[in-house]
Amino acid sequence: MKILVCISNVPDTTTKITFTNDNTQFNTAGVQFIVNPYDEIALSRAIELCEGGKGTVTVINVGESQTEPTIRKALAIGADDAVRINAAPRDAYFTAYQIAEYAKTTDFDMILCGRESIDYNGSQVAAMIGEFLDIPSISIIKKLDYDGSTATIEREIEGGKEIVSVSGKFVASCAEGTAEPKIPNMRGIMSARTKPLQAIEAKEIEQVSKIDSFETPPPRGTVKLVPADETAKLIDLLHQEAKVI
Amino acid sequence: MSVLVYVEQVDGKFKKSVFEAVSYAKAIADNQGGNLTAIAIGNVDESELKALGNYGASKVLNVTNDQLKNFVNQAYASIIAEAAKKENADIVVLSNSFSGKGLAPRIAVKLKAGLVDGAVELPKTDGGKFSVKKIAFSGKAFAITELTSAVKIIALNPNAFGVKETTGNITIESFSPEVKATDLTAIVKEIVRATNKISLPDAELVVSAGRGLKGPENWGMIEELADLLGAATACSKPVSDADWRPHSEHVGQTGIAISPNLYIAIGISGAIQHLAGVSSSKVIVVINKDPEAPFFKVADYGIVGDAFEVVPKLIEALKAHKG
Ligand SMILES: Cc1cc2nc3c(=O)[nH]c(=O)nc-3n(C[C@H](O)[C@H](O)[C@H](O)COP(=O)(O)OP(=O)(O)OC[C@H]3O[C@@H](n4cnc5c(N)ncnc54)[C@H](O)[C@@H]3O)c2cc1C
Ligand SMILES: Nc1ncnc2c1ncn2[C@@H]1O[C@H](COP(=O)(O)O)[C@@H](O)[C@H]1O
Repeated sequence: MKILVCISNVPDTTTKITFTNDNTQFNTAGVQFIVNPYDEIALSRAIELCEGGKGTVTVINVGESQTEPTIRKALAIGADDAVRINAAPRDAYFTAYQIAEYAKTTDFDMILCGRESIDYNGSQVAAMIGEFLDIPSISIIKKLDYDGSTATIEREIEGGKEIVSVSGKFVASCAEGTAEPKIPNMRGIMSARTKPLQAIEAKEIEQVSKIDSFETPPPRGTVKLVPADETAKLIDLLHQEAKVI
Repeated sequence: MSVLVYVEQVDGKFKKSVFEAVSYAKAIADNQGGNLTAIAIGNVDESELKALGNYGASKVLNVTNDQLKNFVNQAYASIIAEAAKKENADIVVLSNSFSGKGLAPRIAVKLKAGLVDGAVELPKTDGGKFSVKKIAFSGKAFAITELTSAVKIIALNPNAFGVKETTGNITIESFSPEVKATDLTAIVKEIVRATNKISLPDAELVVSAGRGLKGPENWGMIEELADLLGAATACSKPVSDADWRPHSEHVGQTGIAISPNLYIAIGISGAIQHLAGVSSSKVIVVINKDPEAPFFKVADYGIVGDAFEVVPKLIEALKAHKG
């Protein structure tokens, strides 16, 4: 079995988000980059499914050379090899196209993504890969079992879950619950240095979107404190002043 | 100029988020001087289809086909793309629901269209640019995204626009495009839905609790408060990690991002990763025994006190308020 896991390189979750160049660029100064937390979950499930010699896991990232430490981290967690498509990911459409084009050159049984990248929060790449390859895509999954040909997947829906079965190749985007994120151990970190990491050039495709600028939310006013024994006053404020109940 | 809106049904009915998407699509159609068509897939009651007229749709394409009773995003995407072509739609609108997230990207590829998901405002068309504001960095920022393609797709965040009623006539047109067998290879085996619970992503009011509650046995009062308010329940990450509550309730950077009208946070410290998913709530109430808890810095209202004393009193006060 061969599994392809898509990894995006995102700012650490504690990052204070600021912008430069007239709010057109994310300010990367002093920012620590990590493997997107959901992609860690996808990768961990892929590694579990391949345990005991049942298969191999390839990680893929669309990014310029500065994403290599993040790719090495994925190798340290336990991926077997890695591919980097050498381009700045301009949008999900571009990214998904690159990954789909690469996937066509190798015979993968499944492609796993994270539910969304925590920077642009698109939730787009996985389903777009599915469409570029004309194979099923299941978005926002919480559980994935695979018997070698058929996958049984639990997908999140509003107020519940749906159980889907897919035979043949598919793409899925993984959310919490799919696996416990694995932490690299010393052996993993050592061996990651020598695992294969191949860089290939991107292909051109029409541009469909671009980010013009960013805004940060307006700061909130100061909190209005209500004494602990005056809960009725809080209800009153929510009813009369805030008008939310 | 024409706008197409996909109206997602659940058991033959539409939820509020659908009427919101129709209202939003209608506003776009009006701004651009065009008409609005809806597309419904599955078996929807006629009265429900007619109700779409109250939010501005002048026509609804009704796709009934037993193979499409359950949501299969490949097949649904093909049909919506076909409908967009048939209607010469320039803009396709959907709700950014769980299904919408699986559907919109596939339609985008089929129509070579740019997609904005998590839109929070109407598009702007200044200077010939078509741009839409969307949530980015898990609610820590917004990105103004320009769509440069001929056809444009927008997935609207729940609770971002509101429902706007109008009056108007609607015609129901049956639409039966062919469905490819290869579009139906994913098979829905089972759907488990707690019908009595308000789903978190759509909820207007949310009561959320964290590690300050000490253990799962103490959630009774949280659920009682939520029930009284008609609110959904949520929790912080450590709470779902410890299996005190299901993962589907976990909000924040790595959980779901929500923007309800009211978010009540009880015994949650307000870590940056938690705030990421909830800071776009319209009103935030914090109950925490530590006056230094960071959550108070982003709250509108707060009570410094022990949740085990404050919440039961809040429940009493709410009962009194409701009479
Ligand atoms: C990569 C990453 C991603 C993360 N993603 C998320 C995420 O998506 N969502 C999320 O929530 N967290 C996330 N976290 C975790 C986050 O950093 C915090 O650890 C977490 O939010 C803390 O949860 P808590 O507030 O419930 O618990 P604590 O931080 O332990 O806070 C408990 C609070 O309860 C108060 N309290 C205690 N007893 C009482 C009482 N009797 N009455 C009233 N108040 C009381 C305390 O004063 C305290 O403020 C993430 C962390 C990382 C590293
Ligand atoms: N630049 C990238 N390279 C590889 N995979 C990516 C990239 N961006 C996003 N992905 C994958 O697609 C998922 C969803 O991303 P997004 O659609 O951007 O929210 C992520 O969790 C990754 O698995």
